[in-house]
Amino acid sequence: MVERLLTGSKRYYMWLAFLCVVILGCLCVYWQQLQQGLGITGMNRDVSWGLYISQFTYFVGVAASAVMLVLPAYFHHYKKFKRMIIFGEFMAISAVIMCALFIVVDLGQPQRMANVLLHPTPNSVMFYDMIVLIGYLCLNALIGWVTLEAERLGVEPPKWIKFFVYLSVIWAFSIHTVTAFLYAGVPGRHYWLTAIMAARFLSSAFCSGPAILLLLVFLLKRLTGFNPGEDAVKTLTKIITYAMCINVFFYCLELFTAFYSNIPGHMEPLVFLFSGHDGHVAWVTYWMWAAVIMAFASLAMLIPPSLRDNMKLLPYALGMLVLASWIDKGLGLLIGGFTPNMYEAVTPYAPTCAEVVVALGVYAIGALVLSLLWKIALDVKKESGHFGD
Amino acid sequence: MNNSRRHFLKVAGISACALSAGLAGVAQAQAGSYEPNAQGLKAKRWAMVIDTRKFTSAEDYKPLIEACHKAHNVPDVPGNQNIKWMWLDKYDRVFTDDMNAQLPEKFKKGMFPLLCNHCTNPPCVRVCPTQATYKMADGIVAMDYHRCIGCRFCMAGCPYGARSFNFVDPRKHLADPVPNPAYPTRMIGVVEKCTFCAERLAKGQLPACVEASNGAVLFGDLEDPNSVVRKALAENFSIRRKPSLGTQPGVYYLI
Repeated sequence: MVERLLTGSKRYYMWLAFLCVVILGCLCVYWQQLQQGLGITGMNRDVSWGLYISQFTYFVGVAASAVMLVLPAYFHHYKKFKRMIIFGEFMAISAVIMCALFIVVDLGQPQRMANVLLHPTPNSVMFYDMIVLIGYLCLNALIGWVTLEAERLGVEPPKWIKFFVYLSVIWAFSIHTVTAFLYAGVPGRHYWLTAIMAARFLSSAFCSGPAILLLLVFLLKRLTGFNPGEDAVKTLTKIITYAMCINVFFYCLELFTAFYSNIPGHMEPLVFLFSGHDGHVAWVTYWMWAAVIMAFASLAMLIPPSLRDNMKLLPYALGMLVLASWIDKGLGLLIGGFTPNMYEAVTPYAPTCAEVVVALGVYAIGALVLSLLWKIALDVKKESGHFGD
Repeated sequence: MNNSRRHFLKVAGISACALSAGLAGVAQAQAGSYEPNAQGLKAKRWAMVIDTRKFTSAEDYKPLIEACHKAHNVPDVPGNQNIKWMWLDKYDRVFTDDMNAQLPEKFKKGMFPLLCNHCTNPPCVRVCPTQATYKMADGIVAMDYHRCIGCRFCMAGCPYGARSFNFVDPRKHLADPVPNPAYPTRMIGVVEKCTFCAERLAKGQLPACVEASNGAVLFGDLEDPNSVVRKALAENFSIRRKPSLGTQPGVYYLI
């Protein structure tokens, strides 16, 4: 099936060339980081993780979200998802690759990363995170390839693949749970020390991941004419809506515990994120309020069925949902975790241009992997007549 | 089996045997050539007691910090990507659990020393994915700068902010020649922190800050009832940083 990558429209090649140029440009900046160290980032002694690790966390969620298609299709035999499922699985593959790259660019000594394997440390959550991510990558590659190959040949997928499909459902929950444990088991970081962290991660993943998938599939429809099926889109939108409601509800639970208990440690990160510190409003505060507004606006457009089923409005609702969840998890989570710092003081953090460029480079690599995989899937769908209603 | 293959296997087998015997020989020779220093100080659990009553100002702590940073070639990196092994901060920043609004002047304005607590239950060791930071049998939390991958999970894990990461090349911020050629400088991209001067203890010397403190900082075995630290803790009221987290810090402050 790989040969399908070599035949495409001019637009397809232009897009690949554009991505390659972006990647090369960003690689130059990463080269600079390798030479000068992480000193070129905005991270510091007190805010020792930043944009890279937060993007890693966000994309573990995107990877896990493929389960929102796989679970209904295989556990509940919801056949209407079958046409779209491969796109979810391939998106998971590119998301996991992005996760791995975000970890690599965050390392101070990336050439030593094999030490995690050479000195396996079962008491470190990072060790398990590596195992579950590699496992998830392999599972999705295997399942995606085998089912797509079967589709191409016009036969049912082999029975043995079902075992791996069921395994991948459980595995998807595990990757984001373990990622939450990276944060939730650390003493002294008030914003992270919460038992609901894994549940919050999963709920935010299960709304934002499928929302990104739908937005990309809408784009695909424009570009290629691939139709995911109206019912499939409507059902997935319902899933997204429920997950977003739970996500917002979970965040409100955090607010209740922090402010009703009145324990300063629990309140301080939230107060900092939403109102600043000592009269100084941090840049992240504006972003956090934008996230609040977009979260509720997206819910207002998703909960009433008449608005939810309006295909003209849907992309805007999903876009706001994705931005809101990205700000919560891709900015607030890390900055809130490190602010106040270990001395109950505030050390500011903002990503530098170089840091943003390196992160964009990883995004571009993710987009490249996704484009190539989706190209194969689209060609197979076209050939086997599963391209539209 | 044909002849040439048999010959090959024979040669390969003999070579393998010879090679492994040789390696074993080298390993044995290495094991034999290193002996622990007979004068080395030993303890079941090293601990430090800082008698803050004997320091009247931030200036009084300066010799200790200088001794530490010189002994370990700690670079002077400007800005908030700096390296700190021992440093000072205000009382409410050091003892964040003590939230009394009304405090004596000494605590409102005075500075207090911070360093790695060498916890009994160190979260940094728990989270490190490569065992680059580890707890030694004598309670010291040590660092292997050559194994550290620079993931900084330990910095997120440490509730005391005791760890520093080499965001930039530390050697560019050191004098030439370095203050202490006997202690290694670090490379870029690894985490470092106070080591309770494990390298000095091994030679029979007390930690550099203890030596520079004229008796205001005590160091000894917490498990030995006759040690100076046990006596000081038995006779004085002491506090530790963030005790509620259960890390059991090995640094005590007499207030």
